[in-house]
Amino acid sequence: MARLLIDEDACTGCEACVEECPYGALEIKGDVATVNEKCTFCGACIDVCPVEAIVLEKEKKGVEGLDISDYKDVWVFIEHKMGRIANVSFELLGEGRKLADALGCKLSGMLLGDGVEECAREAIRHGADKVYLTESPILKEYRTDAYTAGAVNLIKQYKPEIVIFGATTQGRDVAGTIATTICTGLTADCTGLDIDPETKLLRQTRPAFGGNIMATILCQNHRPQMSTVRPKVFAMPEKDDSRTGEIIREGLPIGEDKVRTKILEFLQVDETVNLVDAEIIVSGGRGLGGSEKFSVIRELAKVLGGAVGASRAAVDAGWIPYEHQVGQTGRTVRPKIYIACGISGAIQHQAGMKTSEIIVAINKDPEAPIFKIATYGIVADLFQALPMLTQEFKKRLGR
Amino acid sequence: MEVIVCIKRVPETAGADIIIDKTGRGIEKRGLVFDINEWDNYAVEEAILLKEEYGGSVTVISMGPEEANETLRRALAMGADQAIRLTDPVFEGSDGYAIARILSQAIKPLSYDLILTGVQTEDDGYGQVGPTLAEILEIPHAAVVNRIDGIEGGRVKVHRELEGGLEEVLDLNIPAVLTIQSGINEPRYVSIMGIRKVAKKEIKVLGLSELGMKPEDAGQPGSLSVVERVFFPPVGEGAQMLEGTMDEISDKVVTILKEKGGGA
Repeated sequence: MARLLIDEDACTGCEACVEECPYGALEIKGDVATVNEKCTFCGACIDVCPVEAIVLEKEKKGVEGLDISDYKDVWVFIEHKMGRIANVSFELLGEGRKLADALGCKLSGMLLGDGVEECAREAIRHGADKVYLTESPILKEYRTDAYTAGAVNLIKQYKPEIVIFGATTQGRDVAGTIATTICTGLTADCTGLDIDPETKLLRQTRPAFGGNIMATILCQNHRPQMSTVRPKVFAMPEKDDSRTGEIIREGLPIGEDKVRTKILEFLQVDETVNLVDAEIIVSGGRGLGGSEKFSVIRELAKVLGGAVGASRAAVDAGWIPYEHQVGQTGRTVRPKIYIACGISGAIQHQAGMKTSEIIVAINKDPEAPIFKIATYGIVADLFQALPMLTQEFKKRLGR
Repeated sequence: MEVIVCIKRVPETAGADIIIDKTGRGIEKRGLVFDINEWDNYAVEEAILLKEEYGGSVTVISMGPEEANETLRRALAMGADQAIRLTDPVFEGSDGYAIARILSQAIKPLSYDLILTGVQTEDDGYGQVGPTLAEILEIPHAAVVNRIDGIEGGRVKVHRELEGGLEEVLDLNIPAVLTIQSGINEPRYVSIMGIRKVAKKEIKVLGLSELGMKPEDAGQPGSLSVVERVFFPPVGEGAQMLEGTMDEISDKVVTILKEKGGGA
């Protein structure tokens, strides 16, 4: 545990720290500052002390029985479906490569499944030096208990320093359970990862408060350092067919009887809404004014071969189903072209789409926040602008 | 059917002016409007729907200062039967793991068939407390549940929302933790009269020692991760505004987008 140390000889009892402390943890007793149990070790008092009498003694060693230096290498959890690796896992192999290079260590894939050796090779072609592989019929479909048992087994044996997962439904689920089982920190939904050059710790940056604020999170005393990372934040790495690497196999230490959930079936609810993989998205917001007005959005999307998105305002108003909402869990999009129509650009919406390659914003209000992040802006009435744009595209694309 | 729902009072930050606090690791909460976390509202409604179908009772639990009573009373007004608030100065600064541990200590002595949480919170948005709580209590869980089909013979059948319009239909043993996705139901309206009616209802308050915990189990010492700093997201340079008649603008847009490789 960290400790706040006050040099009683140096302290002048000036009370500067008492006023600064946001937790009321400091008080003056007998002319010197003392710290009570409310202290959260935030360090706010240190900077205001005019005589540098306050020192925060950080805990350097890890928790008992855990030697942090035993943990090496960066791992990426390889998510797959129907024998194909999820795009986010490729993106993470690209980013993981950078982290491994910054640390001077190896990049490995962690792969669980049934008959997925080809995925292991594919991970190596995309930057992994090694793949730790556990195959079993029990792992055919993702189930929390089985995947957690397999992953925990690999992590305990091979001790990676960092493990990153896609912030998908599966990645968020399995990472949370693994972190709890091995008692280490997990930072969810990251949009930035880098290595602190001094401490070599993984700095995990993520949006908080709906994207109003970014927070950088550290896991100092536990290993591995684990994060889930939003899809579409990092670019896909180049594939290199000449790359070779080692595949290390381990068994699954759990039987079917220990798996407490049973998958009954998968249902394809709506095939038309695949925002995450769409190259072009035309999105509508409050400015549309009604559900029937979404037809102008749909028409343009159809001509462009794109998907239809929506802002929260449009979904909340009941104009379009929830599945179309950009900026919700798992709905960070990064299309080549994002056309925002009548969307003011609330921070939550921005967080879900601002890494799109080209953003075209159409809004009546020249002050709309969306224009701050758009590539191109058009101040216009969208009921005038959209049909004309649709016509022009039809003509020029020959559709 | 005994159902426990874990809920959180969160600040509304969508249109608010945000100020980073003195520690540089959080935001100034004063002046912000608070309400029940959106996902948790759906979880409370779902618990009450279960009670209406299967009987039993609903207990709501929230960790937070006295103001969290508002959120708990709101849930009582919706139809929850008991409310418990967990509070202690040392809880401040807890991460998802520490919060799940504190909740688990309150839940362990209770009898329950299901524990519901929201998928995630609007403020921190880790989506971690539900699965972590299940792991600590050694019971199974299903995350991102958008439909509960029914409960029979000690098992519950649920739908989980996956990516790309796909749903997984899952069957699991109870007791279990389900994290509830928004849109699963239509949460009932809570009137001021409804809240007045439950104003006198007792809210049980439990602190660190009542939960059988030590100071090092909670707050920053009991957490596995730490916030280094918070900062405002970088602001973009702004859009290049396209001007002219609508005809000219349409022409420009199509030309630009065709050039940049999209749309064709």
